[in-house]
Amino acid sequence: MKKELGIFVLLIVLCIIVSVINPNFLLAINLQNLARQIGAFGIFSIGLGLVIITGGIELSVGSMMALLGVLLSMMLTEWRFGVPLAVLACIAIAMVLTLGHGLLITRLNMQPFIVTLCGLLFYRGLARFITNDETKGFGTVAGLDFLRFLANGNLFYIPMPFVLLIIISVVTWVALHRSVYGRYLFATGRNAEAARYAGINTNQIITFTYVIAGALTAISGIIFAFYTNSVSPANHGNAYELYGIAAAVLGGCSLRGGEGSVIGILIGTALLQVLRNLVNLLGIPSSLDFAVMGAVILLGVMADQIFTERRNRRQVALMRQSSALGEQS
Amino acid sequence: MTARVPILEMEGISKRFPGVVALDNVSLTVGVGEIVALIGENGAGKSTLMKILGGAISRDSGTVKIDGQPVEVRSPREASALGIEFIHQELSVLDNLDVAANIFLRREPTTAGFLKLIDRKRIYRESDEILRRLGLRVASRTPLAQLSLAQQQLVEIARALSAGARIIIMDEPTSSLTLSETRRLLEITKDLKAENVSIIYISHRMHEVEEIADRAVVLRDGKNAGEIEGGEITHERMVRMMVGRDLKDFFKGAPAEKRTNGAGAFEVRRLRTLRYPNHQISFNVGKGEVLGFAGLVGAGRSEVARAIFGVDETIEVEVALNGQELRINDPQDAITHGIYLVPEDRRLSGLIVDFNVRENITLPNLESYSSAKIINRNKEVVAAREAVKAINIKTPTPEMRAANLSGGNQQKVVLAKWLTFSPRVLIFDEPTRGIDVGAKSEIYQLIRKLAAEGVSVIVISSEMEEVLGISDRIAVMHEGRLTGILERAAFSEEAVMRLATGTND
Repeated sequence: MKKELGIFVLLIVLCIIVSVINPNFLLAINLQNLARQIGAFGIFSIGLGLVIITGGIELSVGSMMALLGVLLSMMLTEWRFGVPLAVLACIAIAMVLTLGHGLLITRLNMQPFIVTLCGLLFYRGLARFITNDETKGFGTVAGLDFLRFLANGNLFYIPMPFVLLIIISVVTWVALHRSVYGRYLFATGRNAEAARYAGINTNQIITFTYVIAGALTAISGIIFAFYTNSVSPANHGNAYELYGIAAAVLGGCSLRGGEGSVIGILIGTALLQVLRNLVNLLGIPSSLDFAVMGAVILLGVMADQIFTERRNRRQVALMRQSSALGEQS
Repeated sequence: MTARVPILEMEGISKRFPGVVALDNVSLTVGVGEIVALIGENGAGKSTLMKILGGAISRDSGTVKIDGQPVEVRSPREASALGIEFIHQELSVLDNLDVAANIFLRREPTTAGFLKLIDRKRIYRESDEILRRLGLRVASRTPLAQLSLAQQQLVEIARALSAGARIIIMDEPTSSLTLSETRRLLEITKDLKAENVSIIYISHRMHEVEEIADRAVVLRDGKNAGEIEGGEITHERMVRMMVGRDLKDFFKGAPAEKRTNGAGAFEVRRLRTLRYPNHQISFNVGKGEVLGFAGLVGAGRSEVARAIFGVDETIEVEVALNGQELRINDPQDAITHGIYLVPEDRRLSGLIVDFNVRENITLPNLESYSSAKIINRNKEVVAAREAVKAINIKTPTPEMRAANLSGGNQQKVVLAKWLTFSPRVLIFDEPTRGIDVGAKSEIYQLIRKLAAEGVSVIVISSEMEEVLGISDRIAVMHEGRLTGILERAAFSEEAVMRLATGTND
């Protein structure tokens, strides 16, 4: 809880600073835009966070979004699939691919980094190949209003992606922090061997988590595809996995596994998007936006590490003191 | 005291850890070229004393003198500079390097000149010399991974010698060695003595101590319990001094006379583990019986336990409970059938130390505290509280991180996990390793109580007193083979040791 609080304070402070320097930050249109971005990035970041809690990593998110994006366009505009079928197909493809990741990682004991790095390369290549490297889009094709609404519409002024994020967050929060699955996930991520000795099917937990992350990536992917309205197979979703990883780590997930929370990931995502927004609003050259993000993440994680170390040292000192007192008595 | 010139004098050493007095005014003197055996039960303070000597931990009071000069040993490096070297129970060699690189680790001589490269010629030449001196017929360029455990241990000794060791501390050096390897090591130890190297020899193997020690220093509960000189070192005297009380008192509620005769409630037949595929293991444990498993470290006992519990794959096994054949492919299957394992390494396999006591206890049985897969916190808290109370786990609250508990209480948490079910077979692998005496006897009582309730219990233990005291029968293993099963009437340390070292054939 402390971890989330620290990052939350950082988020609030940043918001205050930005709105003081440039009051446009608080304009409804800016806040709406910001919320839309947070929603779209947050959904897949939660999936990535869960994977990180298993002690794994998922690097193929961006490429998978490009692949799903071009497939979605082809299904809807070229093959004339109905909307429900195309959406389900997208989610199913993502789940099958990530099921593959999960099985390679658990059955063949391959390292998650390698498996998903290969995914990153492979899906990007595949997306470019099946489109002949041509940009695919939805233009003004009729009958896609619902999907356009999901990406660009609002529900009582609240952007739909943000609404979806809230719903998904509530469900994942219950699953992670209140359900048997969540407890097993933390146990597996923290100490897979002890979890196995307690009778937990750790392979199943890990594989299931990758599949869930796949489904969430697909949902984010559909939103992004309609948000941009055109999908360039070479660039779409580039480096998005890094946003997810950064959000999870900022929000208190440990890359060693077994640690993290839905709230933390949400705050992490919000912080990243506020940073991007800040670069715009403060007139910082946009070429610097990655540098700003890198610096803030580094400082955030560094501060957290320093506080942890200090707390540990204080505890050791306390224990020394109490044992010294025991000596005198 | 000895007539030898003392090289090491430790006097009045005390050390407290939070809540425990590990050492209380302990003294130890070692003469030049003397072999001193340091003996005592687990937790008697041997390791703490040696860690202080080695600079790994600091003492609260007392003095350490080398050659009559008071010294402060603040780090292993300083200990090494004073000529103190450790041969650890667990090998501390790096098996991704070759023999010479291990011998010269952290003391690599460099070539002259600007680059300061490692002087490879010199380390291979000097390593070969030392290896020859130790009678180890291995080239110093051999990758360490190709050596046997015993050879790797000799490499550690070579490292100590090449560092100019004057005092070598050997901590259970023979615990994973075969009988002939042990003989070789004892010979080498005597040779070192002849070269005026002093040895502090820590061992549970009484006959080794009898054979090589000039003097035995006995510790008990963190205090000096006495010393025995040369020819008077006998097994009897050492054990009496170590335990300081009659063994029978210790194992209260010891085996009842009327027990089932082992007519198999739980049967394991033709078990072949991946580690020892050429040996078949068959045994049975009666309802309410405690079957001990004795043997040296690496004899394959833990492999048997893990195979039964379904953690390790097996080549072949038949398991039956009350005449009913069971299929166990993974721990879930074992748990379903009421077969549970309290594993050897509690911090790695038994517990999730970062979880709190409640979360650890309820982990395997979580479904029964949930509805629709959502955990019912109230039910869970109540179950954890009851478990904590039932076997007297000393923790201020079930919300305490397991890492903060003492070893004994951690072990009780592992056990509490399984007691939330109704066990039919419970396997304990080294149940009291690293646990203080009080908690130990509580664990023994729990084991006897479970047996009295009709559970079939298997206790794997490397502590002779423990396995003799707790078991109704003892199965003994040697290098993957079940070399015999002793009935209570035939129990003796010698009988177990003979089977454990494979000297029967």
